[in-house]
Amino acid sequence: MRTSHTVEFTSGLFMALGLAALVFLAFQSTDAGGVLREGSYRISARFGNIGDLKPRAPVSVGGVTVGSVESIELDGDSFEAVVTMKISTRYDALPDDTSASIFTKGVLGDQYVSLEPGGSPDVLADGDSLFITQSALVLENLISKYLFDSEEEEDSE
Amino acid sequence: MNQNSDQASKAPPFSGPRSAPIRHIGEAGIFLFRILARLRFSPRQWAEVMRQTYFVGIRSLVIIMTGGLFVGLVLALQTYDVLTDFGATEAVGTIVGKSLYRELGPVLAALLFAGRAGTSITAEIGLMKATEQLDALDLMAIDPIERIVLPRLVAAVISLPILTLLFDMLAILGSYLFAVHWMGLEQGIYWSNMQSHVSLYKEFFPGLMKTVVFGLVCGLTAVYYGYHARPTGEGVGIATTQTVIISSILVLILDFALSALML
Repeated sequence: MRTSHTVEFTSGLFMALGLAALVFLAFQSTDAGGVLREGSYRISARFGNIGDLKPRAPVSVGGVTVGSVESIELDGDSFEAVVTMKISTRYDALPDDTSASIFTKGVLGDQYVSLEPGGSPDVLADGDSLFITQSALVLENLISKYLFDSEEEEDSE
Repeated sequence: MNQNSDQASKAPPFSGPRSAPIRHIGEAGIFLFRILARLRFSPRQWAEVMRQTYFVGIRSLVIIMTGGLFVGLVLALQTYDVLTDFGATEAVGTIVGKSLYRELGPVLAALLFAGRAGTSITAEIGLMKATEQLDALDLMAIDPIERIVLPRLVAAVISLPILTLLFDMLAILGSYLFAVHWMGLEQGIYWSNMQSHVSLYKEFFPGLMKTVVFGLVCGLTAVYYGYHARPTGEGVGIATTQTVIISSILVLILDFALSALML
């Protein structure tokens, strides 16, 4: 009888250990962790072209990461990309005339959203949207514009 | 009469060695349904499952945890070394987490499990068969599949995910130990990089799903070869070897298939 209880006890302990490992790994080593520990609020911005921006891309102010891109959707009416960003509540004093631009890290790096705070006394709240935005630079557009412009110049000459 | 013996001398269809792999798959499938039909969810059956979880799961803890720790250590060592060249050592947590949860954790834990627990299941059931214990149970109107085979299969399905979680945890600990304590990486950077790049729903949970399938495959292979072993010492030996080979191959093939499905 005694041995039988030992076996059951260790089996239960084994399962509890597994559950503890699940919780620890999920919250300490995956993206579920950061969300729990810090509160965040959402702001959105509309861009004409987001380039290669992806969900979970960093959002930074002056190079310091303050949040991440949560989702990217296309507005069916205006055909603009609506980028929803999650900003940590530690940075809850961003003015409401903050502008958003999509930049690229390095030459071939990932794209990120850079916020440029304005001077308005009012601050952004959860659910607000940014009005001043600058779309991503798409390399193909730049090249074709350059080619097209130089051709025009030759024609006019 | 003459006609009858003529028919008997002819080999029955699908009995040749070439059709053997397909035959085994079919037999194992039928065997699985025979086992599942015995699921009762009665307290008595659960007690036996718990007892088998002890033998299948807890007895494998040492090899799984040692394996996990050293896999984590060597993973961190190798990636850290390469990442130094690119000045991106802070990505070590991300790489360890991603490769571990997606592939290394489930597959390595399953291979170790097949070697440690699968073989012992096969040998045990095979020996019971060789010493006619299974026949004795049958004579006492105790169903050997319900009493012997089913608890071991269920225990394998329960144990492997838990063992994989512990494997992952020790591997993370190993890589943390190497990167943070020995190489002096900032511990906040290690964790935050991991948290911002390893996805709970896209990487962690799919990896866990895999281990449930691997547990079923390893468990079924083990009980199948044990139950169908030739009742001799040699037969049990062959069955044990087959268990390791077949479950390892199945785990590796299924891993590719499941990864392709989930990506």
